[in-house]
Amino acid sequence: MSAEYVLELRHMSKSFPGVKALDDVSIQVRPGSVHALMGENGAGKSTLMKCLFGIYAPDEGEILLDGKPVKFQNSRQALDGGVSMIHQELLSVPNRSVEENLWLGRYPLMGAGPFRLIDAKKMRSDTKALFKKLNMDIDPAVWLRNLSVSKIQSIEIAKAVSYNAKVIIMDEPTSSLTEHEVAHLFGIIRRLRSEGAAIVYISHKMEEILEIADEVSIMRDGRHVGTWRSSELTTAEIIKRMVGRDLTHRFPPRANVPGEVVLRVDNFTSAERHSFKDVSFDLRRGEILGIGGLVGAKRTELVETIFGLRFLESGRISLNGREIKIRSPVQAMGDKFALLTEERRATGIVPMLGVKENMLLANLSRYVGRTGLINEKQGISDTKEKIADLRIKTPSYRTLIKDLSGGNQQKVLFAKWLLTEPDILILDEPTRGIDVGAKYEIYSIIAELAASGKSIIMISSEMPELLGMSDRIMVMCAGRKTGILDGKTATQEEIMRLAALFE
Amino acid sequence: MANQETTALGERLNRRAVNDFMLKYAIYFVFVILIIAITFKEPTFLSIENFRNILSMSATRIIIAMGVGGILITGGTDLSAGRMVGLAAVISSSMLQALDYPRRMYPQLGELPLIVPIIAAMVVCGAVGLVNGLIVSKLRVPPFIATLGTMVAVYGATSLYFDRPPYGAQPIGGLDKRFTNLGSGWLGLDGRLSLPYIVLIALGIALIVWVLHNKTTFGKNIYAIGGNPEAAKVSGVNVTKNLLIAYTIAGLCYGLAGALEAARTGGATNNYGNGYELDAIAACVVGGVSTSGGIGTVPGMLVGVLIFSVINYGLTFVNMSPYWQQIVKGAIIIAAVALDIRKYLNKR
Ligand SMILES: Nc1ncnc2c1ncn2[C@@H]1O[C@H](COP(=O)(O)OP(=O)(O)OP(=O)(O)O)[C@@H](O)[C@H]1O
Ligand SMILES: [Mg+2]
Repeated sequence: MSAEYVLELRHMSKSFPGVKALDDVSIQVRPGSVHALMGENGAGKSTLMKCLFGIYAPDEGEILLDGKPVKFQNSRQALDGGVSMIHQELLSVPNRSVEENLWLGRYPLMGAGPFRLIDAKKMRSDTKALFKKLNMDIDPAVWLRNLSVSKIQSIEIAKAVSYNAKVIIMDEPTSSLTEHEVAHLFGIIRRLRSEGAAIVYISHKMEEILEIADEVSIMRDGRHVGTWRSSELTTAEIIKRMVGRDLTHRFPPRANVPGEVVLRVDNFTSAERHSFKDVSFDLRRGEILGIGGLVGAKRTELVETIFGLRFLESGRISLNGREIKIRSPVQAMGDKFALLTEERRATGIVPMLGVKENMLLANLSRYVGRTGLINEKQGISDTKEKIADLRIKTPSYRTLIKDLSGGNQQKVLFAKWLLTEPDILILDEPTRGIDVGAKYEIYSIIAELAASGKSIIMISSEMPELLGMSDRIMVMCAGRKTGILDGKTATQEEIMRLAALFE
Repeated sequence: MANQETTALGERLNRRAVNDFMLKYAIYFVFVILIIAITFKEPTFLSIENFRNILSMSATRIIIAMGVGGILITGGTDLSAGRMVGLAAVISSSMLQALDYPRRMYPQLGELPLIVPIIAAMVVCGAVGLVNGLIVSKLRVPPFIATLGTMVAVYGATSLYFDRPPYGAQPIGGLDKRFTNLGSGWLGLDGRLSLPYIVLIALGIALIVWVLHNKTTFGKNIYAIGGNPEAAKVSGVNVTKNLLIAYTIAGLCYGLAGALEAARTGGATNNYGNGYELDAIAACVVGGVSTSGGIGTVPGMLVGVLIFSVINYGLTFVNMSPYWQQIVKGAIIIAAVALDIRKYLNKR
């Protein structure tokens, strides 16, 4: 007899120094269903799944798979036991090929005895068969480092699917996917579901949850709030249960009035191949300029060039009517630019440093006292102030930033740039992987900054965010500017059309 | 007009393709340029004789580099390599002194089959390698520190073994003819078309290591561990086991290299192999192995070793002062890596 639940987590608890990440959580997952797990940043979703997958050992609790208790000591055992996982922080080996990443840990072998060799032919044909089944078109032999983040994420999805697991955990699988790829993923998920697999789906995107999930479990502060059928839920109810209070508006009111032009970018063309070409725009004082487009539209490359991280082939940039040349981030910061980068792990946090060190990193010189030494007191009090302002969930300012949840890491980085008191704040996907409550807080901060006369450029792949926050929206496609829209009158369809103009 | 633009673009792409190609094979270009430069100065340099000498100088270094290279790929490093070579040299030669040599370390010992002392040296060094692996993977001591520790300790152990009554700290000499013949003999018909045994052994080891790295699960795993340990772990790779294997294989390589080094030079002291670890690491790095792990190829390591041998031999051949040779060597290490690293930087 097959059990009613394929996976049961019973009374799971887990503490880290200073935080109780899981507090008596019990969740049941049915076979052939998509079970969404929702909650604010730091609610404990990833921790719960890592306990299941053998990465963390739970302090207490029991895991039942097909009704039988299991205790996975490591990921190998979890994989063998029929559980696979897409990790929130993409875990892949950049300097290896696609197929080597796919079959890592289970390469097909040929021959017999202890010295068996890898069957490269089989590996290639298995890869092709898998991609064909999933309708993907990626060259199995290219190095991962040469692929875009969205492709890499697609590969991680393919990898998780290829284990033919009973339970597939997907921890924010769509964070870097294009809309088209998300639709594709949902196709794959539906098929897996009809084949009887259970999918645990973690995401902060409400629209996705209501579209794909059968059941929704909500967590708050390490506790299980409840589980509902998704047909019984609305976005507002989910948010309310996640945040523990009503959140009637998704966007704060804005009081900013765009003034005179402060920044003018003329005919920007990148020195890199396949990058942006001939992009011009201007930015006004107190304005929020959204930049929309599909992943791969080269928006990141554009702002990184403005910030002096990449090289320009031709084009001019002027600040307050005066032409400037930016060759390095140091110069850019001197001109009062700030850039919150897109890839938190790669270019944002310094994992082994504490919250305070990360927050003060861009601004250390300000804390150097008359003695030439760093004034710790001032740094600590500023850090504490920002922790309170942005409601960063951290045991203390000394906690290593790697131990914070993704959303809280992002808030620390946001605070870092706020401390440099920039005039022009460039935000690259500022709310990626951030829960609704924290999003609202970040939107409020952005709105306040704009109202106080700062200028903001915000790249976003989330339509509601672009429409809800921007005074104007510049849309890019394949490295070119395809239009500028008024934020008040723009529509989702219009942005999509411009974003896919050359597809 | 539009046409002009496209040709200009085409040219640019072409130039880039050439650039990429040059970068990809930068190390090999350095190697060829070096030989051309030396030949230019001294045309007699290009001879089979010199070629063979360079190869036999490289043989033991190749074997050491194969061991260190595997560890570098895992993201580790091994400072104990040189001292293990010394240990192996002392062990193997102490067991292979000619029966009629008056100052034998073990006067009672009969004539052993050649393979026994070599295996003994390899087993001892393999065991030390395993210890390195355990310290790194179980105790989580960073490889630099772990092998710094064993480097010092192994030297102590070698000296204890070596500096004993009745003869004390005397070089171990009078080696068995069969042994020295292995170190300096050639395989082949006449003098021209022949290769030293040790070169053949070294190339055999390189081939085995190439197969290990490219055709086995162990090989693919060490690249993944060096490239992203977390990814390897969650994909079900047994990181500990693979590290233990990598360090043990390295130890076996040093053991073999040490025995051959003793055979080649006809003796051993406790100071044998001193500094070889840095030569090997330098050769690997020049050959495109990344010290941060996950990158490196066996052909690259081979060329890396050969570059250094060509420098040593060739620059002596053209009568360059040894002091100048050091400067050139240092510059080449830096220049080669600066060039090589560009293939990973250009994306940024
Ligand atoms: N390795 C760790 N060491 C210490 N604390 C940790 C560690 N991993 C997670 N935590 C803490 O446990 C709590 C739960 O984190 P978790 O990553 O599970 O949140 P989450 O629900 O996945 O959030 P997000 O939506 O931001 O990914 C957080 O307070 C976090 O700071
Ligand atoms: Mg998480």
